[in-house]
Amino acid sequence: MTTGNQTSGELTLRVNGTAHHLRLDYRTTVLDALREHLGLTGTKKGCDHGQCGACTVLADGRRVNSCLLLAAAAQGTEITTIEGLATPDGLHPLQAAFIARDALQCGYCTPGQICSAAAMLGEAAAGWPSGASASLTPETPGPGPARLDAAEIRERMSGNLCRCGAYVNILAAILDVAREEGAR
Amino acid sequence: MRPFGYLTAPDPAAAAALVAGRPGAAFLAGGTNLVDLMKLGVAVPDLLVDVTGLLPGSIERAAGGGLRIGAGVRNSDLAADPRVRAEYPLLARAVLAGASGQLRNVATVGGNLLQRTRCPYFQDVTKPCNKRAPGSGCPARSGEHRNLAILGGSPHCAATHPSDMAVALAALDAVVHVHGPAGPRAVPLSGLYRLPGGEPDRETTLDRGDLITAVEIPALAYAGNSAYRKVRDRASYAFGVVSVAAALDVDGGVVRQSRLALGAVAPLPWRARAAERLLAGRPATAEWFGRAADAELAAADPLPGSAFKVTLARNVMVRVLSELAGGEPAGDDLAGGAS
Repeated sequence: MTTGNQTSGELTLRVNGTAHHLRLDYRTTVLDALREHLGLTGTKKGCDHGQCGACTVLADGRRVNSCLLLAAAAQGTEITTIEGLATPDGLHPLQAAFIARDALQCGYCTPGQICSAAAMLGEAAAGWPSGASASLTPETPGPGPARLDAAEIRERMSGNLCRCGAYVNILAAILDVAREEGAR
Repeated sequence: MRPFGYLTAPDPAAAAALVAGRPGAAFLAGGTNLVDLMKLGVAVPDLLVDVTGLLPGSIERAAGGGLRIGAGVRNSDLAADPRVRAEYPLLARAVLAGASGQLRNVATVGGNLLQRTRCPYFQDVTKPCNKRAPGSGCPARSGEHRNLAILGGSPHCAATHPSDMAVALAALDAVVHVHGPAGPRAVPLSGLYRLPGGEPDRETTLDRGDLITAVEIPALAYAGNSAYRKVRDRASYAFGVVSVAAALDVDGGVVRQSRLALGAVAPLPWRARAAERLLAGRPATAEWFGRAADAELAAADPLPGSAFKVTLARNVMVRVLSELAGGEPAGDDLAGGAS
């Protein structure tokens, strides 16, 4: 039994399907582990305080702020970063839509926007309500997808800031993918 | 950030013993507030005891018809739960009004109750703050205090409790289950928090090593007619300026019972019992809702810059109660929409 006096330790982080064995200072966040230890610089450090969403990654499929998640506490979690969203067959639909809609200016917030949107579409498909949902209960009994309109997407994406102000095209890109998925 | 050790524990008793036995130790759950405070230098634990693996992470039907919510339940799962949405809409709405999708996916119910104030002086270690550094003073009184407390503050501290979820839980008479070094016990939410008085650094009645394991909400038949309304400086992802959690039981135009709690106006989630008492048996009209709000706010003692919150709190109370009296769903038109 360890005494808790060590300030660093061996740990395993699973990222984009690969297990990485690292020795890290316990202060290391998932964000810093990705960028400084694993060379995965697609995930961006914006505010480093959970306020801007630039560092958004998926943890077991759920969007999280990687700047507030300690690497030690993320052991056993499957992390997916922007580098893990595309497949050999091509870009993730959201990546393609962001390009098609010119949904960025400097691009710094874009990996976080896309990771966040990918998980957000899953949340809506699972029927999760948002603060913009007129009703908390689905129109038909049982679980069903939440309908996504512009107001819903703005509310659900409010944890991702874009200082260039590319919101209009970010919204359009996400709406495109939401409609494609809804039509399937 | 200061270096620290990191441990997991097999069960609540072991976790409680670890933290109770080491003055610099702290529990780590979702960490969305604690890790931020450590980066700011406000929290300086020398050991984190990670409790995410041992806290109950499910929501169960409680004896008596209420719900027992594991302290490890993530905020997003609480808001998405079909029973919470149908039976306690004020609670689902309150959770959805807080933070962002990313933060709600990680933040836990137990941690949400114990999150710290966002008073700018508390978060800035270069400034005096009686809550962070007892006896150092409170620059907020003559400085930035627009969004600080109008109820329950003291000359030593006017910080507000930042939680939305806790406001709904206060209205619902929630009970907090705690596992301490001496074993498990139950604490009513109304007895969990302390007003600042001369000791603003002591925020709760919990002792070192006390771990919140669950929150129980009793059945409340009329909670189906409830709402949470949060007024803030932007449409989403901001702490409240005033919030109101309300449930109303109206029969033939007369209020039988009500539950009313205010957020962002006091050092703790503020149960508006004076308003509830006045409303019982009164006509369910805007006039009486205003009288009830006035009764509650008679004790308000704002600072010059926060005086507007007294009027705002009155107006939001009247509006939410009026909407609930009319049977209209409340809280939606301000819940989002603008970018």
